[in-house]
Amino acid sequence: MERVVITGLGAITPLGNSVAEFWDGLKNGRNGIGPLTKFDGEAINVHVAGEVRNFEAKKVMDRKLAKRMDPFSQYGVAAALEAVKDSEIDMDEIDADRMGVIVGSGIGGLNAMQDQIIKMHEKGLDRVAPFFVPMAIGNMVAGNISIATGAKGPNLSIVTACASGNNSIGEAYRNIKHGYADIMLAGGAEASINEIGMSGFAALNALSTNEDPNAASTPFDKNRHGFVMGEGAGVLVLESLSSALKRKAKIYAEITGYGATGDSFHMTAPSPDGSGAARAMKQAIKESGIEAADIDYINAHGTSTPANDSSETEAIKLALGDEAAASVAVSSTKSMTGHLLGGAGAIEAIASIKALQEGILPPTINLSTPDEACDLDYVSNQPREKAIQYALNNSLGFGGHNAVTCFKKWEDKE
Amino acid sequence: MTTFEKIQEIIVDQLDKEETEVQLSTNFREELEADSLDLFQIINDIEDEFDIKIESEEGLTTVEDLVKYVEGQIES
Repeated sequence: MERVVITGLGAITPLGNSVAEFWDGLKNGRNGIGPLTKFDGEAINVHVAGEVRNFEAKKVMDRKLAKRMDPFSQYGVAAALEAVKDSEIDMDEIDADRMGVIVGSGIGGLNAMQDQIIKMHEKGLDRVAPFFVPMAIGNMVAGNISIATGAKGPNLSIVTACASGNNSIGEAYRNIKHGYADIMLAGGAEASINEIGMSGFAALNALSTNEDPNAASTPFDKNRHGFVMGEGAGVLVLESLSSALKRKAKIYAEITGYGATGDSFHMTAPSPDGSGAARAMKQAIKESGIEAADIDYINAHGTSTPANDSSETEAIKLALGDEAAASVAVSSTKSMTGHLLGGAGAIEAIASIKALQEGILPPTINLSTPDEACDLDYVSNQPREKAIQYALNNSLGFGGHNAVTCFKKWEDKE
Repeated sequence: MTTFEKIQEIIVDQLDKEETEVQLSTNFREELEADSLDLFQIINDIEDEFDIKIESEEGLTTVEDLVKYVEGQIES
């Protein structure tokens, strides 16, 4: 079986439209959340969002291709192009049939859906745009990445709500580990900051109603009351170790394990005892061939909803045992980016990998009031310098989807 | 804005071309490399702009064909 390493990273995020800007924001505890500008959210009492700023798709990809995409696809393609460039893969030197794409989205082209459904109502059934279907379908981000990069191997999208990005990375890992591909572009993309997307989550009481961008996304804080919607994409280049060594690629980290489970409990609420997420964490630890105590850092799902953060805390205790859970560092970078839904697991994998590489743990900002139901070490408010060996990346989605990936620091030797 | 200018603007925007490349005699399928998706979208945009219905794209090969078709629809 092949070992699998990370050789390229790409990100479009509320903290910046490159991995360098994203990581610089995270490791300095900078908040990427600001006032909601895309529409007036007053009627649903939503005032802030993690919006992507200064993004011009036509500057980073073929103009005509960009025009044919919903923003979720544009973000995904832009992140994929950055990741491929970063990996220094020469498409003429590799076997394109052995390079695949698994990039998912929680929802897909929701902007195209909203626009065209309004148009259908206003102008009639026969006025729906021909680009509606190709822009809206959730798999098109993976299709467009294949078109933009030349990857001709396995090409698919995974839809597991907020776990989509992390499930995509995990399944891509398995594709390489078990020999179906040498290189996989894996991650997630989302662009749901629009009227229908935000109203839908607001109707579930899932969104923060705070007007202050610096107090709205408050993971693990006692006063947390909902998540802040974010948008963007993350894409990782996963590669077999043999392929990476052969082309003398820069290696960021190794992916050593993956766990995927279903809660079998409720459509939107996580199982309160955290058992579903805990089983996924245990699987990822077991596949990595390590013990719970070897996990140094967990990038939590940490949405800032009342239900998630306490049940995820329980899940970590259940998976690691009380002793290891008490000493592991846990942070939610959603405190700085908001929640990118299907993109979350992907940018948070990048955060975990950079933490391993640089020995800096990104903080959970906006954490001022401790909650007795959230009693772990959350790297509160300030980044922490700490050399770490293993990191878990947790993503938990509506539907009870739990995805956990495990990354190991790359020591520049086999 | 004349009918031609409006149609020119739609085609320029959809196909990412320069205005000078889109003239009355231009064959948009061959000279502008419009694929079937582009063509459907251009027709959809023209329908929106002029509030008309283009039943079939058959016989529409040049920009002038489009202009004449649209002007015929508006008059009737």
